[in-house]
Amino acid sequence: MTTLLEMRGITKTFPGVRALDKVSLNVQQGEIHAICGENGAGKSTLMKVLSGVYPHGTYEGEIIYDGKPLSLKGISDSEQRGIIIIHQELALIPLLSIAENLFLGHEVATNGVIDWHKAFHQTEGWLKKVGLSEPPGTVVGKLGVGKQQLIEIAKALAKDVRLLILDEPTAALQENDSEKLLDLMLELKSQGVTQIIISHKLNEIAKVADRITVIRDGTSVSTIDAHDISEDRIIRDMVGRDMAHRYPERVLNPGAVLMEVANWSVWHPEQSDRQIIKDVSLNVRKGEIVGIAGLMGTGRTELAMSIFGKSYGKGHKGAVSMNGHKVDVSTVTRAVNAGISYVTEDRKALGLILEEPVTKNVTLANLPGVSANGVLDKRRETQVAEQYRKQLTIRTPGVQQKVVNLSGGNQQKVVLAKWLFTDPQVLILDEPTRGIDVGAKFEIYTIMTELAEQGRGIVMISSEMPELLGMCDRIYVMNEGRIVGELTRDEASQEKIMGMILKGEGKAA
Amino acid sequence: MADVTVEKKSTAGGKDISDLLGGRLRENGMLLALVAIVAFFTIMLSLDGKSFLVPANITNIFLQNGHIIILALGMLLVIVSGHIDLSVGSVAAFTGAVAAYLSVNLHLPFYLVIPMGLVVGGLIGAAQGYWVAYWRIPSFIVTLAGMMVFRGATLWLLGGQNIGPFDSGFQALANGFVPDPFTVGKPNVLALIVVAVAIGLQFWLGFRSRARDAEFGLAPEPMALFLGRTLIVAAGTGFVGYQLAYFRGLPDVLVVLVVLTTLYAFFTENTTMGRRIYAVGGNEKAAKLSGIGTERLVFLCFVNMGVLAALAGMEVTARLNSATPKAGTGFELDAIASVFIGGASMTGGSGKIVGVVIGALIMGVMNMGMSIMGIGIEYQQMIKGLVLLIAVIFDVYNKSK
Repeated sequence: MTTLLEMRGITKTFPGVRALDKVSLNVQQGEIHAICGENGAGKSTLMKVLSGVYPHGTYEGEIIYDGKPLSLKGISDSEQRGIIIIHQELALIPLLSIAENLFLGHEVATNGVIDWHKAFHQTEGWLKKVGLSEPPGTVVGKLGVGKQQLIEIAKALAKDVRLLILDEPTAALQENDSEKLLDLMLELKSQGVTQIIISHKLNEIAKVADRITVIRDGTSVSTIDAHDISEDRIIRDMVGRDMAHRYPERVLNPGAVLMEVANWSVWHPEQSDRQIIKDVSLNVRKGEIVGIAGLMGTGRTELAMSIFGKSYGKGHKGAVSMNGHKVDVSTVTRAVNAGISYVTEDRKALGLILEEPVTKNVTLANLPGVSANGVLDKRRETQVAEQYRKQLTIRTPGVQQKVVNLSGGNQQKVVLAKWLFTDPQVLILDEPTRGIDVGAKFEIYTIMTELAEQGRGIVMISSEMPELLGMCDRIYVMNEGRIVGELTRDEASQEKIMGMILKGEGKAA
Repeated sequence: MADVTVEKKSTAGGKDISDLLGGRLRENGMLLALVAIVAFFTIMLSLDGKSFLVPANITNIFLQNGHIIILALGMLLVIVSGHIDLSVGSVAAFTGAVAAYLSVNLHLPFYLVIPMGLVVGGLIGAAQGYWVAYWRIPSFIVTLAGMMVFRGATLWLLGGQNIGPFDSGFQALANGFVPDPFTVGKPNVLALIVVAVAIGLQFWLGFRSRARDAEFGLAPEPMALFLGRTLIVAAGTGFVGYQLAYFRGLPDVLVVLVVLTTLYAFFTENTTMGRRIYAVGGNEKAAKLSGIGTERLVFLCFVNMGVLAALAGMEVTARLNSATPKAGTGFELDAIASVFIGGASMTGGSGKIVGVVIGALIMGVMNMGMSIMGIGIEYQQMIKGLVLLIAVIFDVYNKSK
């Protein structure tokens, strides 16, 4: 094999910070090369250097591509050379058709006039390559995230890609869509497309990668052959220490029933005949961590949000009780007053005000806690934020820092702090570790354990079965809006959960 | 990448000098711009043998631009909440016409007319805010419709003619001066006392805030910067007050402006409700999931805007001593421009009252300076447009750094 890409001694500094410190990366022709590292380790910065987002001259070090030194002026420069990056956030335009998106920027045109016939025809060809059979005129916004991801790849193929960079391509995908995507990566590899994948998911890396480069704190720690690695080795390299246990020790000591949801039913907000949550009953005890397993789109988030102030759906039926008394959860404020908090799965869109500092985000759900007669005490607010910064080890230069500048794990802690400040008895955590790195995950788990030890009840919604198995006292399994099973910590296993989901039945809940 | 930045330079105690400066850079910069513009006109006019900073001019800056500042206060809240109100010029004209009708045609006394006018403004704001907040009709469209509807309503109510003149009580809303109990004549002793107290308050509040910061272990603003800014503001206040004292004393309008500005600045920065309005503009969904009644707040922002539009409308009507069908034309644009010159963001969620007032004063000083210099209205428009553009470019440039 020959070397396609060699990055040597790449150093990139921002005012006051060295984001990359002499990073080296070697990618062979035709391989799938995985890059692992914690959030904030510098993976994305490295990829931005490679794709010309940070043009030649703004960094130190050299890039050899295809045997020649590479000095990029911008993204279009790198695309011309076949280096194409697919970002975490999809860059498709939802109101345009597949064909329009596919050729955006390099339309099939003569003198600026588009030949739609030809464009549609070519689009069909590219779609076939990524395993899609949608008509090229389909509006992209109507497709699921999984298919959109495939269209992004088709778009890259249409640009004559030689080095395809995928930045956390499966972060938003369901399991079967992820599988499809990974299979496609292997297929492209057999056609000679060199690929770089950035991912947190170690099992995916194990499936597709030939070699792995681990980046930590802006330096490349190691490049290892994918065939002789263990997950533990990668984790050790990523966090710089051995992680004997990926989950904190839990002492199971559940108390009395804290929250009880009985016969909860919810209908779709627009289609009133579509029942999304079907007669769900569940309970949480004091000091207990209860998991809700299930595939994406089964109604787990909808269940949580409908309980939390009817933030989802219409025609709610059923009852919620706290400590044996029925409570009113018809608005967010009432749910919070009843002692329920919900930490959203989408912290950027639903959890944080990104352009505001840590302080204002932490107190947002409990402004009365830092005010008297409607007048804010900003110094008290700063103290509260400082207190949570220490307690949850939120890594930030200061509590006046805008949260948009924080890494995913630290943003998640800010959202947690916001809800902890309302002093909830029950915390519903929706995908609390999504998109955050291994080290931060462990910190979140530790916080959850501490909260349970304080006697709070925790409901953990997660698509990652290992973390449910590692953290929960009990696990409810959901499928198509119903609870299809309930497993204790001892009974639970990935096979049993999957089995319940697939059969749609199990022990009565 | 930004997340890298953060992980590495954790400093103890949460202080970050650039943050601290950055937070106030905008206001300090605006203040300097205002001082520079005043200096520019003073020098240019003195070359011509004219003087700029004379008592009459200073009084007039407040009298002639009071309505813009009043509108801009409300407009800031609307823009912070993520919306816009294009109808304020028409609403001001309409409420001015209503006030004229009540006062001139029905001979109601000013102490009834003014509250009734404010209620009419509030109702109009409620009518528009209802569609924006609860039906989620884009505010641009609702208030564009309002702009046309209330312009038409003004024409209808006035029958295409001017209504006036007003009794002296109503006129005082625009042209009145606070009576001086000391009866020295010139200088106006009350004005001097008020100004002295105001300057004292600025220093006292400033130092008290620093002391409380220190007590709570927070990083204070650098002393030089704090003193510099407070001194400039105090010197400005002192100078304006001194000049006013040698003219006709404290204009009623100025008193209204100072009270409103202080109230709104306090409301936006120090109350839970003010904070929640910023949250709605910053991320409506997150605000809603935090238990904030987003619809109600947006609705109230529009009601408030309507009330202030009515106040501005009656103020202008009183100043002109007649309600005219063309009154208030273009007010909405002046108010919106002041808000953006003052540093608010188009997408909502940011902007400060102090910035907006300085923004409005910059517009006012430029209007007056250019008029005295004899610059034609056509060039005045072009220059004001460019100032707006430059101010926003300055903002965007600062953010991208």
